[in-house]
Amino acid sequence: MSLSNVFNIAGSAMTAQTVRLNTTASNLANAESVSSSEGETYRARKPVFSVKSIEPEQLPEEYRSLVPGQGVQVDEVVESDAPLRMSYEPNHPMADENGYVWYPNVNVVEEMADMISASRSFQINADIMNTAKQMLQRTLTLGQ
Amino acid sequence: MAINFDAALGIHDDALALRARRAEVLANNIANADTPNYKARDLDFAAVLAGQTGEYELPITQTESAHQNEFLEPDMAADLLFRTPHQPSVDGNTVELQEEMARYSENAIRYQASFEFLNSKFKGLTTAIKGE
Repeated sequence: MSLSNVFNIAGSAMTAQTVRLNTTASNLANAESVSSSEGETYRARKPVFSVKSIEPEQLPEEYRSLVPGQGVQVDEVVESDAPLRMSYEPNHPMADENGYVWYPNVNVVEEMADMISASRSFQINADIMNTAKQMLQRTLTLGQ
Repeated sequence: MAINFDAALGIHDDALALRARRAEVLANNIANADTPNYKARDLDFAAVLAGQTGEYELPITQTESAHQNEFLEPDMAADLLFRTPHQPSVDGNTVELQEEMARYSENAIRYQASFEFLNSKFKGLTTAIKGE
């Protein structure tokens, strides 16, 4: 039934936004995690979203184009390839033999904007779910 | 005489089912508001409903006896359309969140309206059966 699908769709979106919020939290927490080599340095993580759809073979031919996607899914979490920040701090305990430390490529401003966007999207999907719940509850009173 | 539910309920049961389907389509648009390259979809409510009630027929002229008469189904109108965005976005996503929210809320209200109509039809039937 269509209306109960709304719960799955909004639920998948809320899960995806939670993953996004999680990566943002991880990025912000590690924004100042220095290391002494380029390979070991933390890199900003970003989730990649894609449309979740029903397996086409489960559907009869004539309905395939009619069915919209069934929500959103997180394909993978990728690491940003933006350049790392190198800083000359010879007195830093993590400094390498040349006196340099490596800072992660986390852009704090971008992360904050991402965080607000994710939490707004989460709220909106919670509202969608609530409206669908009211519609269904109402339908249950049919004929009473 | 048996009650013919199709005649008794009129258009409202179809409308209710269609509103529920549209809610699903719109919820999917909103869920994919942050998905790159997602194209927003929607139903043309009037066209689909007309197709279901049989008022909407595409005129076909039969110039050869081999031409199929029943080729175009009313269900064809039920196809999901793509929305034209007001403003293109960098990631190829065509969802305009505020508009989708407005459409979703409007759809929910209209669902309730269809529900009220259907409910009153059933109430009428109940009254008729009881004969009060």
